[in-house]
Amino acid sequence: MSAAGRVLMDDDQVRRTIARMAHEIVERHADPRAVTLVGIHRRGVPLAARLARDIAEFAGTAPDMGTLDIALYRDDVGTGVPVLGETDVPFDVSARPVILVDDVLYTGRTVRAAIDALFDFGRPPQVQLAVLIDRGHRELPIRPDHVGKNLPTARHERVYVHLTEVDGADEVVLAESGPAKGTA
Amino acid sequence: MTRNLITVDDLDRDEIERYLSLTDRFAEVMQRDLKKVPTLRGRVVVNMFFESSTRTATSFELAGKRLSADVINVKGSGSSVDKGETLKDTVLTLNAYRPDVLVIRHKSVGACAAAARYTDAAIVNAGDGTHAHPTQSLLDLYTLRRRGVSLEGLHVAYVGDVMHSRVARSGAAAFRTMGAKVTFIAPPTLLPPGLEEGLGGRASHDIRDIADADVVYVLRMQHERMGDGGFVPSLREYSREYGVGHERLRPGQLVMHPGPMNRGVEITDALADDPEVLVTAQVESGMLVRMAVLYDLIAGPAEHVRNVPVEEVAA
Repeated sequence: MSAAGRVLMDDDQVRRTIARMAHEIVERHADPRAVTLVGIHRRGVPLAARLARDIAEFAGTAPDMGTLDIALYRDDVGTGVPVLGETDVPFDVSARPVILVDDVLYTGRTVRAAIDALFDFGRPPQVQLAVLIDRGHRELPIRPDHVGKNLPTARHERVYVHLTEVDGADEVVLAESGPAKGTA
Repeated sequence: MTRNLITVDDLDRDEIERYLSLTDRFAEVMQRDLKKVPTLRGRVVVNMFFESSTRTATSFELAGKRLSADVINVKGSGSSVDKGETLKDTVLTLNAYRPDVLVIRHKSVGACAAAARYTDAAIVNAGDGTHAHPTQSLLDLYTLRRRGVSLEGLHVAYVGDVMHSRVARSGAAAFRTMGAKVTFIAPPTLLPPGLEEGLGGRASHDIRDIADADVVYVLRMQHERMGDGGFVPSLREYSREYGVGHERLRPGQLVMHPGPMNRGVEITDALADDPEVLVTAQVESGMLVRMAVLYDLIAGPAEHVRNVPVEEVAA
């Protein structure tokens, strides 16, 4: 399953990192049952589900979950990829804090689009960001609240987060610039 | 490269599936409180309707607006077309506004293909004469798909004025691409010659043949294309022989009609008012499908995603 490149996290490390993030979310919220998790299509979705599962284990109740596809909110419409994922936010986002979940934080443009998309559903009292990998190189004033791993990278490198639900295995791979596949 | 949607014949099964999946995403947007997305901000969609239309024109307009595009509507009457401006000159004029999409309805077959020569904008055929109406076919497929009807093996019977119907021509092609079976039922004068070879459906003059169909697709009598007539002895006789009403249907048969309906001619008043008839659902699908088409044509080449399996697209 590994793309050509260096494996930075194996399945056990991915699992433990997600568990640690879940612990952190529980610690930092007075009422962890009140937070909601919204996964950004595509690998943010299974990631949010795993965080929710761990939070349920630690806090006793599973948080509400939603999914967001940001294709309709991109700032580069017209460059292809018109495949849209599912958007499903089955709760009132105006009532409780929302934690956006994605696999890799890079330029910040996806998160910008996700915040726009989220606000079309209401006005959340608080929005936080949880990412498995922060690889730097931000182009917008966006910062994560919960980070699995900070990963210094060069722009020409690519970070691939593979998750069992999507890719058949859990791992994080750092590769030299290649075809834009998976998550860059 | 500019992409156009001129005829549904250009779409293979994967491409049609992709449009249907894409349409589902816009159906989700329309269920939100805020039924608008910023996707096509700053883009220009020009609707050029040289033939009258209510459904298609309004749904393209609303589809564009729901996607935040700037939409301009040009009608045949009341524009310079009244003064004798040719299609070519009208397209060249509007092209100066640098539109991203031109949506064209015209009475002449091939008008869209001709217009494509004079603009870099993507062209959507919203009906050219008796030739094609691709977004109608997509919305018909989507309407059934959304009701959970499987298109593979489905039997669709078109009843009525097949001769003048771009709805039937495009629809039959799309249904067949998706694995459905098509029958055309009409008086001999309203069935074009060579139909079975050309469209690959069975032709019949016997209205009782609708009994086998899962979907009865009632076509509008297109008086405006009939000139001096001679196609049917009288509307009353046509209605008696081929008009579709409850008494000709069996329970569970789905009824579709592209609108506008000639009540009492091809469809009875009572059936037209039956909430089970899919006409309103078709109108709703129309806007969703047209959002998908506008988005797809502007969002860019989809070659590299063409073969993404449906379950992966939905994941």
